Amino acid sequence: MNAPLIEVRDAGFSYGEHAIFRGVDLDVYSGEVLTILGPNGCGKSTLLRCIGGALALDEGAVRIENVDLSSIDVRARARKIALLFQDHTPSFPYPVLDVVSMGRTPYLSAFGAPSSQDIAIAEEALEQVGMRHLKNRPYTELSGGERQLVLLARTLAQQPAVILLDEPTAHLDFKNQVRSLQQIGALAQRGATMIMTTHDPNQAFLFPGRAALMRPGGSLAVGAPSEVITDELLSAAYGIGVAVLSIERRDNLGDLKVCTPWYNWPHKK
Amino acid sequence: MIKPRTVALMILLPLATLYVSLFIGRFAVHPGEVAHILLGQFLPIPHDWPRSVETIVLQIRLPRAILAMFVGAGLAISGAAFQGMFRNPLVSTDILGVTAASGFGAAVALLLSKNAIALQVIAFAFGLAGVGLTYLLARVYRATPVLMLVLSGVVVAAFFSALLSGAKYVADPESKLPAITYWLLGSLNAASVDSLKMALPPIIAGSIGLLCMRWMINVLSMGDEEARSLGVRTEWLKGGIVVCTTLITAAAVSVCGIVGWVGLVIPHVGRMLVGPDHRALLPATLSVGATYLLCIDDIARTASASEIPLGILTAMIGAPFFAMLLRKTRGAWE
Repeated sequence: MNAPLIEVRDAGFSYGEHAIFRGVDLDVYSGEVLTILGPNGCGKSTLLRCIGGALALDEGAVRIENVDLSSIDVRARARKIALLFQDHTPSFPYPVLDVVSMGRTPYLSAFGAPSSQDIAIAEEALEQVGMRHLKNRPYTELSGGERQLVLLARTLAQQPAVILLDEPTAHLDFKNQVRSLQQIGALAQRGATMIMTTHDPNQAFLFPGRAALMRPGGSLAVGAPSEVITDELLSAAYGIGVAVLSIERRDNLGDLKVCTPWYNWPHKK
Repeated sequence: MIKPRTVALMILLPLATLYVSLFIGRFAVHPGEVAHILLGQFLPIPHDWPRSVETIVLQIRLPRAILAMFVGAGLAISGAAFQGMFRNPLVSTDILGVTAASGFGAAVALLLSKNAIALQVIAFAFGLAGVGLTYLLARVYRATPVLMLVLSGVVVAAFFSALLSGAKYVADPESKLPAITYWLLGSLNAASVDSLKMALPPIIAGSIGLLCMRWMINVLSMGDEEARSLGVRTEWLKGGIVVCTTLITAAAVSVCGIVGWVGLVIPHVGRMLVGPDHRALLPATLSVGATYLLCIDDIARTASASEIPLGILTAMIGAPFFAMLLRKTRGAWE
């Protein structure tokens, strides 16, 4: 296998006295989609932010393309890594295209503004997520799902080596979840490298990439989704009963793996 | 993008208001005569007007009108930049305590019977010092979170307001106290070529600085963490915005006292005209702010036999206007 694009080595992070995770090692390879899942509060979002440089590790290091992340400045970092945040608070009603153009900021001088070439890149990014028709709409008026795709387009406009997605489907309904995942899948097919956190283990089955199950304290189980998302591992990580099933899809195009939590409720054996 | 018609309006409106301001007043001058006097400065045309009229137009009204325009433009662009940086439509230029600190500096200068220029220098210095103090207070973990800036600004403003009250309390109620009170109400009647020389450089420098940062202000308004992930050095940018707005506001307050509401209301008018994009909004606020304060000052010096303090008029016109805006938009951004 090639050298990993991102290497996380012995990473630790704590808020004051409270350690979130310790001794985390993770390799991410170019062109793969890695899904990080785990219970609330296990530190998966924190880990993602540390990989993205939004938070600084207390121990260990993150290297991207063999460069230590803490040694490069925010501009250089923003050309390598793009982050899609979970908790975006809309600000002013900027037109969608302006919001996507903000992805070009790491390529501008300190007092610069996007050129027509930058705007063309932004439009292309909007096209890729299928939102070009909304380019002149105020982004504050979009639905949650549409806004998420616009912000995804912004990460594409950054033309980074890797895109980090923090629960990209949080707060979205079924349809918008699938729409977002389809776009992410389409990007993956074009060779984008992505790391995604999710609260829904099922989503890992939808991608051909690897899954990483993060347990409280930060120990990771990494592997193919079918190896990581098992009754035993999930039950242990979440501390509840979890069943992983294989069901037949209605269109007969293969089986679909799903997992679901269970609890003490009368059910058929 | 912005229509050419809007751009033309933004350029012509302040100039037209400036021209009108030169011929209205207690001593009415014919518009044609104003045109002659202005052209006479550059063209060899016969000087067939009285010297006294030329003095009124060029020595009294012109400096005052220019000062009004620059102060209005400066306060408006500062307010717009702050509203973008703080992501809050209710933020104004005095949020970091510059106004209170400058006001106290001016009161001290008046207590010590300093001349006009010394007063401006002292008020300006106190304004800078006040914001400096706010910035230091807000600095935690090598960053200045926006919330910390706001809270520190409240603290510093309260502190300087208390000092100002103390200065008023010890001031001679026959002479010094009225002087301090009138100064705080704001007025442009001290405008002179000297005060222009004093106030214009910082206002111009600060405005150019903000104009240079206008795209980065868009990105910053997405929030600090997102802006950083987009490659913005947020601490430098916020520091730059604070320096520019403080230069402008301290200079404005030091020459004409406390002029409220311009920095709060004009950015909203600008957004109604050109939208929220700071690339268009900041230049638009320059134009609207200049026109607005010039109109207000024209009213201040013509509406009654004695001058009406500016602070009273900007609030009396600004507050109902803002109330109307709030009702119309129900508190939304646009």
